Amino acid sequence: MDVEEKRRISLVVNGRKIEREVSPRKHLGDFLREDLRLTGTHLGCEHGVCGSCTVIADGVLVRSCLMLAIQADGMVLRTVEGLAEPDGTLHPIQEAFHEKHGLQCGFCTPGMLTTLAAVIEENPSIDEAGIREAISGNICRCTGYETIVDAALSAAATMRQGA
Amino acid sequence: MGARYFGASVRRLEDPKLITGRGTYVDDISVAGMMHVAFVRSPHAHATINSIDASMAREMPGVHAVLAADDFEGKADKPMILPVPAPIIKQAKTQYPLARGSVHHVGDPVAVVVAETRALAEDAAAMVMVDYDPLPASVDLAHALDPGAPLAHADSPDNLIATLKGGFGDAAGIFAKAPHVFTERLELHRGGCHSMECRGVVVRPDPMGGRFEMWNSTQVPYMVRRYLAQYLGLEENAIRVAAPDVGGGFGPKAVVYAEEYAVSLAALHLGIPLKWIEDRREHFVATTQQRDQIWDLEVAADADGRLLAVRGTCLHDNGAYIPYGIVLAATAMAAFPGPYALESVDVTIHSIFTNMVPNTPVRGAARPNTCFVLERLVDLVAQKLGLDPAEVRRRSYVRPDQMPYTTGMKARDGSVVAYDSGDYQGCLDLAFAKYGADFRARQAAARAEGRYLGMGMASYVEDTGLAPFEGATIRVQPDGKIHLQTGAAAQGQGHKTVFAQIAADLLGVRFEDVTVEAADTAAFPLGIGTVASRVAVVGGSSVHMAATEVRTKAIKVGATLLEASESDLELEGGFVKVAGTDRKIGLGEIALKLNGLFGSPMMKGVEPGLAATSYFEARELTFANGSNICEVEVDVDTGAVKILRYVVAHDCGKLINPMLVDGQIRGGVVHGIGNALYERMIYDESGQPLTTNYGEYLLPLASEMPRIEIVHMESPSPRNPLGVKGAGEGGTIPAAAAVIAAVEDALAPFDVRIKRHPISPQDIVEMIDAGMPALAAE
Amino acid sequence: MKAPPFAYHDPRSVEELTGLLGTLENVRILAGGQSLMPMLNMRYSMPDHVVDINRIADLDYVRRVEGGLRIGAMTRQRTLERDPLVAQYAPVLVEALHWVGHVQTRSRGTFGGSLCHLDPASEQPCVAALFDATLHVAGARGERDVSIHDWVLGYMTPAIEPDEALVGITLRTWDGPHGYGFEEFARRHGDYAIVAAGALVALDGAGKISRAAISIAGVDVKPIRLTEAETMLTGGPADAGAIAAAAEVARGLECMSDAQISGDYRRRLATTLTRRALDKAVKRARG
Ligand SMILES: Cc1cc2nc3c(=O)[nH]c(=O)nc-3n(C[C@@H](O)[C@H](O)[C@H](O)COP(=O)(O)OP(=O)(O)OC[C@H]3O[C@@H](n4cnc5c(N)ncnc54)[C@H](O)[C@@H]3O)c2cc1C
Ligand code: FES
Ligand code: FES
Repeated sequence: MDVEEKRRISLVVNGRKIEREVSPRKHLGDFLREDLRLTGTHLGCEHGVCGSCTVIADGVLVRSCLMLAIQADGMVLRTVEGLAEPDGTLHPIQEAFHEKHGLQCGFCTPGMLTTLAAVIEENPSIDEAGIREAISGNICRCTGYETIVDAALSAAATMRQGA
Repeated sequence: MGARYFGASVRRLEDPKLITGRGTYVDDISVAGMMHVAFVRSPHAHATINSIDASMAREMPGVHAVLAADDFEGKADKPMILPVPAPIIKQAKTQYPLARGSVHHVGDPVAVVVAETRALAEDAAAMVMVDYDPLPASVDLAHALDPGAPLAHADSPDNLIATLKGGFGDAAGIFAKAPHVFTERLELHRGGCHSMECRGVVVRPDPMGGRFEMWNSTQVPYMVRRYLAQYLGLEENAIRVAAPDVGGGFGPKAVVYAEEYAVSLAALHLGIPLKWIEDRREHFVATTQQRDQIWDLEVAADADGRLLAVRGTCLHDNGAYIPYGIVLAATAMAAFPGPYALESVDVTIHSIFTNMVPNTPVRGAARPNTCFVLERLVDLVAQKLGLDPAEVRRRSYVRPDQMPYTTGMKARDGSVVAYDSGDYQGCLDLAFAKYGADFRARQAAARAEGRYLGMGMASYVEDTGLAPFEGATIRVQPDGKIHLQTGAAAQGQGHKTVFAQIAADLLGVRFEDVTVEAADTAAFPLGIGTVASRVAVVGGSSVHMAATEVRTKAIKVGATLLEASESDLELEGGFVKVAGTDRKIGLGEIALKLNGLFGSPMMKGVEPGLAATSYFEARELTFANGSNICEVEVDVDTGAVKILRYVVAHDCGKLINPMLVDGQIRGGVVHGIGNALYERMIYDESGQPLTTNYGEYLLPLASEMPRIEIVHMESPSPRNPLGVKGAGEGGTIPAAAAVIAAVEDALAPFDVRIKRHPISPQDIVEMIDAGMPALAAE
Repeated sequence: MKAPPFAYHDPRSVEELTGLLGTLENVRILAGGQSLMPMLNMRYSMPDHVVDINRIADLDYVRRVEGGLRIGAMTRQRTLERDPLVAQYAPVLVEALHWVGHVQTRSRGTFGGSLCHLDPASEQPCVAALFDATLHVAGARGERDVSIHDWVLGYMTPAIEPDEALVGITLRTWDGPHGYGFEEFARRHGDYAIVAAGALVALDGAGKISRAAISIAGVDVKPIRLTEAETMLTGGPADAGAIAAAAEVARGLECMSDAQISGDYRRRLATTLTRRALDKAVKRARG
């Protein structure tokens, strides 16, 4: 059997229906970046700890470096590129990152944004401790986290008002 | 000029694309025909290479080439260029782009594999058969200079790179007479920079030959161009190096690495574009690290506990090569005497080869080391004399009325070190004003309940705004928008925003109308690089100068066009205006005029273009300072340390954008907390690194980090037109010292003295159990 | 850091799975992937075949069964955290899961995966031991049951053949009211524990301890039940002295040590955490 034999998968990414052939060993992060050219999803460790590759798969947060692309067959994915509205209106968490200086180099940012978007959408009443726990799986070397936490609190407040 | 933007916490220009996933980091760049590189690396700390057999690897699917040093027809035979030579370096050993005959640390690159995908390249790299003869490795810093110690380079007489001696005053005399003399051995351990983006390059050779373009996740594109041109025998203008968005640097991305040489060599050799992206495991074994030092020190104090003198010897681990010469040892030296008005310093630093990853500056360079050493000594004096550590500091600081203060030390270039401005005592007072005065009472109350609170402080002075220069070109475009080009690279600091703030104020435009193009050798001719907290100072000053020149020119031309006197003109809203009237002309309109029209002659005495290029030459360093206070609670059953409060009083002169400065401080402090409590790069006795993933090497996480409370003091620097000082490292420099002091204070009932960092919870319970003389620094 | 090449299979039923396992060589089962994927990316694991069990429908469930709760091997940690039956019958599992990795790993990581991976510091095997769990293993030769106490053969080695798969776990949950506590010490939130301790305590009408269970992870290759302490506690008072004395039993444990963590330190943590877990359990038992 040819181990590099590709398989056809179909999935929905940021609202767009995608069909591609992938080789079994390719992880979802590489698939998004290389095959779909959605390079917003970053790879900081490829062993599941840094969180920069986090995407939302069927509504839950996953590390895209720890899933095979093949496993995403049939899934609905949301990546950092899909957080804003189709008309370009930013997600409250994106706005808040800009407002509160929630990013410096921006490398951890996509994983932070997807994580926080999902967590706050599920629970807009989340407090600081909850936020710190939610991003304990996302490493940021630049910010010291505080402004990220502030951004998340502010986005949560916005979303509570919006709801 | 109205300062609308300077001093304001404006939101960053960099953000919009980064928060929508539209950044362009090096791994996001893909060029036609590009192939992927994986490296074959040494699994040994020290070994000779008998042979390299790539025959199997070359037959693997998708493999285009496998190249070792000998495959470059002599072009890869020289060692890499030593960027900062110094006469006292006894053994100037730099790496080869690919190993020639021997390897000197685990991770040393041996061969490049070029394949259609990275995965295929890794498959083949595993099939390159390298026959090694392992040699004894130098991994024990404490004994690396002993006779008969294993050598890091088998052909060396010993492991000594250089011995630096520095100081001033009559140390022997002072120590002989001082009422109090204490000795201490202190150790600091190495960690990595761990920018979340690893390193990486894309190299595209010109199809016409002899030239190439490189996108590089670097802090120093101009240095990359310079050394590659020298090494490859090309003219500098045959190489374009651009730094795209860079996902953090923290120092190690200011090194020009073997991989950058090797990928360029391979791309030119094969004539195809190549991409190499460092993966995290490579980062642990191939990106430079820092902080291993062992210090033996003595401190002298007068009867009141005022510090008089410090002397000592340091063993400084420089790792397997010297990609940065002896810069770290020299920086450690130059950071004495810190904020203290000492009568004498007498320090010897031995820079030493080991078979570990080379050392170059990581956030703070060796300043955190010297700060740790000095602050531990201050605390030692306080403890021994039963004084409040804040009081010992107060008695020992350089006073504001002593500014400018000549410390007695010499800078790297041999010049005299003189602090420009600052109020160190005032800064500590400011920190305490924020922190409050009730700690000792709370500590006593907690102890009565069996809880152990501790408070520690640390002060520092940091030289910033390193020579020689940065430059900027500012050009007003016909649409009135401002185009700013500079050599200064950014890795997340927000330089574009800061530069735009400076330019927008001077030119009277909206800051959103300034576009900044940076760190591309094709866009701006000369630059140095982003290291040592220098860009806001040096780059910012060059922007100020260029913008001032453009402003002057706009006023001069505007005066002619508006038939007004120059002194009546102001720049506002994108116009040159006659003050108090509505007579005005747009900057864009002036630019259009100055850009010329077929057949119509230029205005007399005015050069074409509404533009200027300026270089700011940093001739004197400017000195930032600060004091930090940290409060912790230690769980004496588990050794867990929880940071309850962290206060920073920070003086980096004028603040261009307080929000961004605070961001630098917060990130820096957390990096220092990592150095104190979490991050430790461990090697076993054969030189194998044991912590090569993020489960084993612990970076600080949001769940454990405190809020960082910041207060600013602004002592403007007289040494640049903006009055600013650098802010990139001041968070990191004192943090480990403050945290360790706080833990020690919490454990005072157990008579614990902490003489090293990092410390783990296990270390803490062991110290408690030992019940006293601390962790003997082995 | 890219995974080595492998052939991929995604059976839809346990029969198909065991059929594949019976015929293929050098196979790895892929469950949540939160341990296996890093090992693949780092090439610590080099299988010829990866058998993905994510698409087998009937491995993801929590069911009330005779004598306890049966949990499908592919039940995600995230599911268990939110499952009402687990909250009702095994709340200590919810408390323990809180310490397992992060929201982004619990969303994929599975109960079965953790019990097969068998990191010595892992919380889930520790909870399984607390409940004297039975593991249900399917193979070409049929299904068999293994007690959690016989499950760990050695360091990260479950009592399972290469052609078998874990399909479910039954926790012997306690019937009447009882208190629980799960405490752990890790360097950072979400890290594998250095040591973790779980405790269950039931009180009789007089407030005396009628039943106790204590399970400790991170001291040995497998979770250790502190039976001596359990016996000491049973029938006695639920006071601080009794708890402290029971916890002291942990100080006598043989503990493993490695380059970073000493046996002494593990013993100390085991003692402290046992005390804290028992404390919590007693408080909760009192209601
Ligand atoms: C950042 C991070 C932090 C983590 N922290 C913790 C922690 O604190 N505590 C903790 O316990 N875990 C932790 N984990 C690991 C945990 O998340 C995993 O879920 C668990 O170890 C394995 O479960 P899995 O479903 O992901 O299994 P996989 O990774 O898919 O498989 C693990 C192993 O078990 C085998 N296997 C899986 N399922 C079966 C089966 N049904 N039958 C036979 N063999 C099988 C696989 O072949 C493989 O060898 C962490 C992981 C990450 C990435
Ligand atoms: S890249 Fe996936 S967690 Fe780091
Ligand atoms: S912003 Fe740089 S890693 Fe988070």
